[in-house]
Amino acid sequence: MPAKRRVAQLVMLALAVLIVMGAYANVGLAVDGRVPAGMLAYGLGLGGIMLVAYLVLAKFAPWADPLILPLVTLINGLGLVMIYRLESAKMPGASAANQIMWTGLGVVMFAATLVVLRDHRMLQRLTYTAGAIGLVLLAIPALLPGSLSEVQGAKIWIRIGGFSIQPGEFAKLALVVFFAGYLVAKRDVLALAGRRLLFIDLPRARDLGPVLATWGLSLLVLVFEKDLGTSLLLFGTFIAMIYIATQRTSWVLIGLLLFVGGAYLAGLAFSHVGDRFEIWLNPGSSEFYDREIGGSYQIMQGLFGFGAGGILGTGLGQGHPELIPLSFSDFIFAATGEELGLTGLMALLMLYALLVERGLRTSLAARDPFSKLLSGGLAFLLAWQVFIIVGGVTNLIPLTGLVTPFMSQGGSALLANWILIALLVRTSDAARRPPPQAIQNEGLTQVFQR
Amino acid sequence: MNSTLKRVSVACLAMFALLMINVNFLQAVRAEELRADARNVRNFYERYSIERGRIIAGGKVIAQSVETDSKRFRFIRQYPDAKLYAHVTGFFSPESASAIEASENKLLDGSSADLLLRRSIDLFTGEPTKGANVEVTINPKAQKAAYDALRQSGKRGAVIAIEPKTGAILAMVSLPTYDPTELSGTDKGKVFGRYDELAKDKDQPLLNRAIGQTYPPGSTFKVVTMAAYLEDDSSRGPDTTVDAPQNLPLPNTNISLPNYGGAACGSGSVTLTYALERSCNTPFGKMGMELGYDKMNEQTEKFGMGTQIGVPMRVEQSDFGKEEDKAALAMASIGQRSNRMTPLQMAMIAAGIANGGTVMKPYLVNKITDAKGDTIDEADPDELTDAVSEETAGKLRQMMVSVVQNGTANLAQVPGVQVAGKTGTAETADGKPPHAWFISFAPADDPKIALAVIVESGAANVGAEATGGHTAAPIAKAVLEAVLTK
Repeated sequence: MPAKRRVAQLVMLALAVLIVMGAYANVGLAVDGRVPAGMLAYGLGLGGIMLVAYLVLAKFAPWADPLILPLVTLINGLGLVMIYRLESAKMPGASAANQIMWTGLGVVMFAATLVVLRDHRMLQRLTYTAGAIGLVLLAIPALLPGSLSEVQGAKIWIRIGGFSIQPGEFAKLALVVFFAGYLVAKRDVLALAGRRLLFIDLPRARDLGPVLATWGLSLLVLVFEKDLGTSLLLFGTFIAMIYIATQRTSWVLIGLLLFVGGAYLAGLAFSHVGDRFEIWLNPGSSEFYDREIGGSYQIMQGLFGFGAGGILGTGLGQGHPELIPLSFSDFIFAATGEELGLTGLMALLMLYALLVERGLRTSLAARDPFSKLLSGGLAFLLAWQVFIIVGGVTNLIPLTGLVTPFMSQGGSALLANWILIALLVRTSDAARRPPPQAIQNEGLTQVFQR
Repeated sequence: MNSTLKRVSVACLAMFALLMINVNFLQAVRAEELRADARNVRNFYERYSIERGRIIAGGKVIAQSVETDSKRFRFIRQYPDAKLYAHVTGFFSPESASAIEASENKLLDGSSADLLLRRSIDLFTGEPTKGANVEVTINPKAQKAAYDALRQSGKRGAVIAIEPKTGAILAMVSLPTYDPTELSGTDKGKVFGRYDELAKDKDQPLLNRAIGQTYPPGSTFKVVTMAAYLEDDSSRGPDTTVDAPQNLPLPNTNISLPNYGGAACGSGSVTLTYALERSCNTPFGKMGMELGYDKMNEQTEKFGMGTQIGVPMRVEQSDFGKEEDKAALAMASIGQRSNRMTPLQMAMIAAGIANGGTVMKPYLVNKITDAKGDTIDEADPDELTDAVSEETAGKLRQMMVSVVQNGTANLAQVPGVQVAGKTGTAETADGKPPHAWFISFAPADDPKIALAVIVESGAANVGAEATGGHTAAPIAKAVLEAVLTK
């Protein structure tokens, strides 16, 4: 029988805020030799924001997993500290004030989602609406002229005035909802075996449609928006979800084949995709390092950062993470690795792993297929995204640009990810809530009373 | 669906495991390699983030780190008497260093294991790590006198002085010199540009001639030949007479070895003292042939030749030359042919004689103190070799005093001090003017300083026998005076 564990959650939340405040003070002491002036304001700000999140959660989703909110708070807070640290090193573009504002808005979205969406199963009725919204959001940047949608080669923005959002961040949520709803409806058909080939039950050819459609969609994102990361993220998540839904390994194999084929085609068609692969194999070669655009300068700077950090790190404020291009967004993991070292990164990866584990646990405990697929899909999405970007930055896999969830600077991603957490919390609340007592029991009791 | 969910969970676990393993690989295994990558500018900033220790000579700071306003380059190196001490301090450039800055780097930047205790204390008290200070053995008065006197000659050359009893290096000057400040800035382009200029300069200002260059020692080497001759038979002494023909026919050749300028040496049969005073070639050529290659080579080795020496900077190897025929041996015995010595080696020969036959290991670092002034390490004088017996040393000393009093080196006389010395004029193979040499020590009865002076092509305008004495001896005199007179 799950417990609410509200006190434990509040204590962990306070601990997370305290750790972040400590780190924040550490940066100030290292950089300026004193505790930063805005320390109390920032601490109270973050604490206040999280207290609101906690209160909303306690009121509207009291049975939700108590670990999720503290975990996200800590990751989000550490991201804030790193951005503050990079801003103090005069890194152009890094803005801690912006990020804390977006964190606040993110929590507002989190609260709003919990308040408005009392039962996530109503999303199942919006399956095709969600799919349409996802597609439109994904397509907008591709359709807009480059001046309104392109930043540093990636055409993934909507820029109006001084304001810019990344619709793809929200599209991925809508698409997970769509995948979940769609797969619940069609999983029986998709699970039907067509032919058996070497221990593998292959699906019928006509059921390949949805997989091919997603594959095509991913390729379109790649071609028109030059966004390898999102492309890989969407396709991988869909394959994982279809596997969960149909319990057929063949879908994974088909997915892998399509991925390899797509990657090969993309590599042939676009030199920058092929180069990513070559750079991955040999990032240190001067041929790539000295290239002005699309070379390996950035990843090598990131690797130098990891090296400089070593096992214990240089200490917050004492390294040179400002040397790594984009270390406040895509490469924030490298900046963290430099200053907090292997020790810090292991802890950080553990936080992400725990968060994913809580999501998957929710999925296991959920009582209906849609809830299972939705929470399982969201948890996998999170894990897969961390794997793609962290793996890319550490040169485990070829580098594709993606946001490090809750850490990288950027409003759209923060808002979208806080909504993702709200959805997980919502499903978790439903999964852990004790079921209403069965009518038969009441009947038996009545018999005794008579 | 739970069975597949569990499998997906395992896949997620595997992804995180891979990420963790890879981060471990990067930060624990590959960290060293990534840190050392030349393209990693962090090393560059790191060099300037530490307050390096000072280099001190006789209480005088000759290199120090001063704080700047820049965040990236917090400390830069300053050399108060830059050119005077250039070959002692060396430079500290963005990617390299030289001399003491290089050889004592780990102490200066505080990373040495000897400073572990200090560092741990700093860690707890929260103080930034400061490097240790290096006190060198240089006597500022001697250094200045040597530098000024050599500069006055207008030639390239070197002066090196050591304390015979300990081996402490009192002066080390090499000209032309350079300004280490120019090579220690943080503007890589400027520093490397200047370095290239200096490296390509045909006068080689970056070369420390005192320890990094070998020259034919010329007549100063006759002291070694004399030492071997005296050691060979203890009955020989300053008054022993030897043949001193005007020309010494060299066996198996149709040439003969003349005295300098073809002059006669006395009456043709002279005392050893006279031969050394006049620096006659023929008796020493004859002595060398009589002793044979092995004894000559061995005696040179006994003065330290062939021993790898670091002071702590690496010293170029001196060499008596390979065994050839008798004619070659006669030439080598008067410091010509393949005989090549560093100025330091010649100073060690003078110092060995001054110290009763025992050559002390030369050293430049006197003391290491931490930032608080506590001594971490102190030099411990060490015997290098026993060159000659005390008796032989006494005889040599007597003869070398005579050289200064009555012979070729009268310009090295210091009023009130008994100076011992030997001049040299080393012919260079390619027909350039010969080098002027002088080795010396004083006071003769209780030597405080021994030195070697070389002035490259310094014997140009002098036709007389006293060539080495003419240019090199006054420089030696200036240094002796600076050290010995109060």
